[in-house]
Amino acid sequence: MKAFLILEDGTIFEGKSIGAVKEVISEIVFNTSMTGYLEVLTDPSYAGQAVTMTYPLIGNYGIAYEDMESFKGWPDGFIVREVSRMPSNFRSEDTIQHFLEKNNIPGICSIDTRALVKILREKGTMNGMITTNENYNLNEIIPKLKEYKVTGVVEKVSCKDKQEYVPGDLGSVKAEADKNIVVIDVGTKKNIIRCLLNRGCNVTVYPCNFNADEVIAAKPDGIMITNGPGDPAECTSIIGQVRILADSGIPIFAICLGHQLMALAHGAKTYKMKYGHRGANHPVKNLETGKVYISSQNHGYVVDISSIDTDIAKPWFINVNDGTAEGLCYTGKPVKTVQFHPEANAGPKDSELLFDEFMKMTGGNK
Amino acid sequence: MPKIDGIKRVLVIGSGPIVIGQAAEFDYAGTQACRSLKEEGMEVILVNSNPATIMTDKDIADKVYIEPLTVDVLQHIIEIEKPDSLLPNMGGQAGLNLGMELAESGFLDSHGVKLLGTTAETIRNAEGRQEFKDLMERIGEPCATSELVENIEDGIDFANKTGYPVVLRPAYTLGGSGGGIANNEEELVEILTNGLRLSRVGQVLVERCIAGWKEIEYEVMRDSNGTCITVCNMENLDPVGVHTGDSIVVAPSQTLSDKEYQMLRTSALKIIDELGITGGCNVQFALHPSSFEYIVIEVNPRVSRSSALASKATGYPIAKVSAKIALGYTLDEIPNAVTGKTYASFEPALDYVVVKIPRLPFDKFIKAKRTLTTQMKATGEVMSICTNFEGALMKALRSLEQHVDSLEGSAYKDNTTEEIEEMLHIIDDRRIFVVAEAIRRGVPYEKIHEITMIDEWFIDKIAILAEMEEKLKNTKSLDRELLYEAKRLEFPDCVIAEWTGKTEKEIKELRYKWGIIAAFKMVDTCAAEFASETPYYYSCFDGLNEVNGTSGKKKIMVLGSGPIRIGQGIEFDYCSVHSVWALRNEGYETIIVNNNPETVSTDFDIADKLYFEPLTPEDVENIVHLENPDGAVVQFGGQTAIKLTEALMKMGVKILGTSAENVDAAEDRELFDEILEKCCIPRPKGHTVFTTEEALKAANGLGYPVLVRPSYVLGGQGMKIAVSDNDIKEYMAIINRYHQEHPILVDKYLMGKEVEVDAICDGEDILIPGIMEHVERAGVHSGDSISIYPAQSLPEKIQKVIVDYTGKLARSLNVIGLINIQFIVYNGDVYVIEVNPRSSRTVPYISKVTGIPVVDLASRVILGAKIKDLEYGTGLAPKSDYLAIKMPVFSFEKLRGAEISLGPEMKSTGECLGISDKFNEALYKAFLGAGIDLPKYKKMILTVKDADKLEAVGIAKRFKKLGYDIFATRSTARVLNENGVLAIPINRINEEAPTLMDLLLEHQIDLVVDTPTYDDKLKDGFIIRRTAIETGVTCLTSLDTAAALLTSLENSDKGHLSVVDITSINKR
Repeated sequence: MKAFLILEDGTIFEGKSIGAVKEVISEIVFNTSMTGYLEVLTDPSYAGQAVTMTYPLIGNYGIAYEDMESFKGWPDGFIVREVSRMPSNFRSEDTIQHFLEKNNIPGICSIDTRALVKILREKGTMNGMITTNENYNLNEIIPKLKEYKVTGVVEKVSCKDKQEYVPGDLGSVKAEADKNIVVIDVGTKKNIIRCLLNRGCNVTVYPCNFNADEVIAAKPDGIMITNGPGDPAECTSIIGQVRILADSGIPIFAICLGHQLMALAHGAKTYKMKYGHRGANHPVKNLETGKVYISSQNHGYVVDISSIDTDIAKPWFINVNDGTAEGLCYTGKPVKTVQFHPEANAGPKDSELLFDEFMKMTGGNK
Repeated sequence: MPKIDGIKRVLVIGSGPIVIGQAAEFDYAGTQACRSLKEEGMEVILVNSNPATIMTDKDIADKVYIEPLTVDVLQHIIEIEKPDSLLPNMGGQAGLNLGMELAESGFLDSHGVKLLGTTAETIRNAEGRQEFKDLMERIGEPCATSELVENIEDGIDFANKTGYPVVLRPAYTLGGSGGGIANNEEELVEILTNGLRLSRVGQVLVERCIAGWKEIEYEVMRDSNGTCITVCNMENLDPVGVHTGDSIVVAPSQTLSDKEYQMLRTSALKIIDELGITGGCNVQFALHPSSFEYIVIEVNPRVSRSSALASKATGYPIAKVSAKIALGYTLDEIPNAVTGKTYASFEPALDYVVVKIPRLPFDKFIKAKRTLTTQMKATGEVMSICTNFEGALMKALRSLEQHVDSLEGSAYKDNTTEEIEEMLHIIDDRRIFVVAEAIRRGVPYEKIHEITMIDEWFIDKIAILAEMEEKLKNTKSLDRELLYEAKRLEFPDCVIAEWTGKTEKEIKELRYKWGIIAAFKMVDTCAAEFASETPYYYSCFDGLNEVNGTSGKKKIMVLGSGPIRIGQGIEFDYCSVHSVWALRNEGYETIIVNNNPETVSTDFDIADKLYFEPLTPEDVENIVHLENPDGAVVQFGGQTAIKLTEALMKMGVKILGTSAENVDAAEDRELFDEILEKCCIPRPKGHTVFTTEEALKAANGLGYPVLVRPSYVLGGQGMKIAVSDNDIKEYMAIINRYHQEHPILVDKYLMGKEVEVDAICDGEDILIPGIMEHVERAGVHSGDSISIYPAQSLPEKIQKVIVDYTGKLARSLNVIGLINIQFIVYNGDVYVIEVNPRSSRTVPYISKVTGIPVVDLASRVILGAKIKDLEYGTGLAPKSDYLAIKMPVFSFEKLRGAEISLGPEMKSTGECLGISDKFNEALYKAFLGAGIDLPKYKKMILTVKDADKLEAVGIAKRFKKLGYDIFATRSTARVLNENGVLAIPINRINEEAPTLMDLLLEHQIDLVVDTPTYDDKLKDGFIIRRTAIETGVTCLTSLDTAAALLTSLENSDKGHLSVVDITSINKR
């Protein structure tokens, strides 16, 4: 079946329909990872967006459910050049086509994804529609596209109730736990929790409408604020609670959206980048050691480095390509945050050692 | 300036002659490294014995020594040049081994030379098998269970413990040389014996066999700050068991999930971090096909063939960045030359698929075993880029220039399905075609996978191609959708035409009517995330064109020479690159088209634009449509480029330089004869034929021996000397394996002295840089002969005739640019045997030794310059102060079963040069550079054909005088003894022991001189020659070569070799 991708600027790509057959309006973004399409599809940070994969062959190794980063697929749409007709991998249990259908995600294939990426790169991230309706009316669609705004996505992806995990859960290493860590779920990937479990932590996951005093009262050894979707500045009530956590003296490590929320809680500003960082090849430099790590990234907003006083927080990591903030170290507080994803999945595990550093912050008895 | 203080003069070691397993990729790496060092203001001193390389140009380095790569020579150069540092990791294994020896002996320390980049200890840890195994164990990275053995017994013990099959890998060898898989004790003994001999340290690693696992490679970089990145990963379509150099390789990996990809990536980075490598490194893994179990196969702590491939596949210049790291820079300080906006500390993201296919030499060595093993056999490779795997595979297949444009398997039409299934077990270069045929026959994927262990994802892709073939063959009416899909999968128009019963022209017209035209995309390292300006492009049919044909400046397209193969080597890349540089200097925009990832020409900063595409008329036409070049240059890209002449003219592209008609005139026998007659130039009598009957008639008319060869070929492909009707029948059958568009030539064979000239002609004047003389008599291909410049034995009178004939021929053929002519001097007369109105393999060497920039001048002449205005004079240039002797280098030990005796068909893979102002020293250096370093035991075997027996007496006498014991077959021994030379008779192979074979296997023989009879049907000589090669004994098959070696030995004075900086030549 024919499918169309219609962009806000009027560009139309004609391709073939994959996945669910339904019309969708979303923010169109692109990811440059060459592997890890399932991890991308199940990363809650993509809620409210339709993802374009720049690697042209998708679905080659099928679907291994254990690689899912959350319980379902989140993107509004999936845009690829070619889906493999036959997956091949010893763990493959399903095809990407079927996965998209099951998760009610519409998609489009057989389009020139490189041409699409060049438009997004030049003009910036924009909205678009995926439709199978051949009789689309641009005059009606374009205003709708321009109007569309991603909102309320954190509430959508966050867990609704508190959850408890112990080492051995989620395929982690079984061990006697010697720490209690609270995870503030603003859209967490499973592997953040798994990285903590693997380090011998009991993990309590709080939903995004958590109460900071309740968390502090539980006296965790440390708090992790996770990744998540959408515009961080929109999350005003969460930001207020985060500030309370930050002042509690409990060691905090925050990733991605968590990093942005922490900065906002300290008076910094965030802004939307032209087309964001999404991929598995972004170099980030540790300003303390000068060493560069290749990191997994997925963010459209970034902390404005000039908006934060160095008395409050010092830059910890920066992006080697564009010099944007990639990590902050808060002055006088056991709080460290990074914009990239040390938990990887998909992507390189070079910076997973930051979890070890977090463990040290929490009392380093390991 | 560099971060490390005190680096000002850097010595760079090249990789020496091209052999199988060590080819043009090191010229690419070395050239890139030298340019990178010079960018930083370094003075570069380069040593490489290979004159055909670009790195040995005076434009690339400040001092250039084309000298044998031995410790003695390097020490001598270090004493003269006093470099402060040495960069050893650009010259492949050869360069690395030398650097190690110099470091370990303490020579570098005592001369204040710092080893740049990776340290000696790191190299030892990565390359010494036991050290590597220990290190891997220490950091918990899995290696195959293995044992390092120094004798056969230990090998057998290990294999009995682990069980067969086992893999054998000799330590410190090239291209897996001497390695292999042994399925039983007999095979183990055979391979292990060979391996122990080939290993520099007499060690072979015997390990658990993991054949059939997925073979995955990572190209990684590390800087002195410990930052590690992956440039590229690659997956071999052929599972473990086939050397990666002989495998079809795809980048990036296709069948690995992120878990597996990251698991291996993490392992690779951990390994280079632990080894402390600074620079580029290659890590090879075997990954179990149905679990997460993996094994580290090996680590190459240097640039390699794989790193060249990874550089071209991604656009990331590994050698350049490695050189900068060696100077102390960190990855985040080195700009990414592709984007100009980002830094070298990132990982390239590909938005296309890259396929590499090896170029195997079985068309040259028909008798060699085609089986692919862990010992590399390929001479070169092609790479292609497309938006899908099928398309990339199809493009790569046709880039090979092996008469194959698809996976069509008509060769198997007579085989039953059972036979096809049986054939799947054979691992050779034809396997992918057999897989395609098996799919057509309906053999289930699972079964094909079970036998071949090729991943089913690849099998399905091959099936998609087979299905398209069926669709095209069965379609009643070719519609837009089907044609689009066929083109998306990169089926060439000619193939679609054949299968749909249309003409190629009709298909092309349909395509244009339906708007199915090639679009060009950029290779930008970042999947379009950042705007880039790299002028590096590939084509596809399923996208929007993003490349603008430039206008304004006049632009010229230079056609490259495709994959390295015997007969068409790195020399033509040298010529193409120099032509590009010359044209650029003259103010033209240059476009290069080539498909060889190992070369300098496919580096994106050589020409203004690089199109990485197959060199076929259709693919080139797509580029022509976009770019509309003002002209094309074909005379520098060997036969590959010449073959495109006619097609280019039809596209309306002006051929610069010698016109197509005149190229034809040199190849077309009748036209050529007319020209010769007009110029009163004699040539050996001959005829043109098409059929065996005509050939027999011609041969008998001329009288045997005769020379039989197809026209329009390079490297004497298919050329044979026939002495009987049977030979004619056999050779004609071989030549006619492929449809011949042009006639076959049958000429009287004259056994005279062969002489060769290269000349530049502008239509009026000529410039001959020098006359070269071959040591071997006519009958041995010029590429396999020892060649001497300037000619030593030609009287002034003969030289004048040669210059006169050259001028007459060049003018009559209206040559504009280069011409190469081969003459025979026979009984005082000069005959022309071959004329090639294009660049030749001797051009780089003659340029270097005479200091005359032949390609540069020829390029300017092509653009209209006159030789008399070019300040190098006209006619025969004055002799250089130096003699240069070009020595061919062979790779016979890598090709089981290949006939080594020399003949009119070229067999050498590379060459080295001996330069000196003294003949004997030049000759000695040439032999030394080729690895012939005698004497050792002073024992030799002499067995010659009857016609050579009397001549052999003189040779034997001279060896005797040098103290050699001579063993000879009975008839040879009799003649020698009768003539007063003591020779010990020895039994032939099929006679009772001890025989020749036993003697060889005692490992006490230095040298075998065996001149084969033309009709060597007994195979006795063949077995002797093969055994000699495989046990590392020098084997010569021409008495002329033997005499030259004698001269060299008689005059050798090893201790005092002089060395020559060729940049000083012609600074007069």
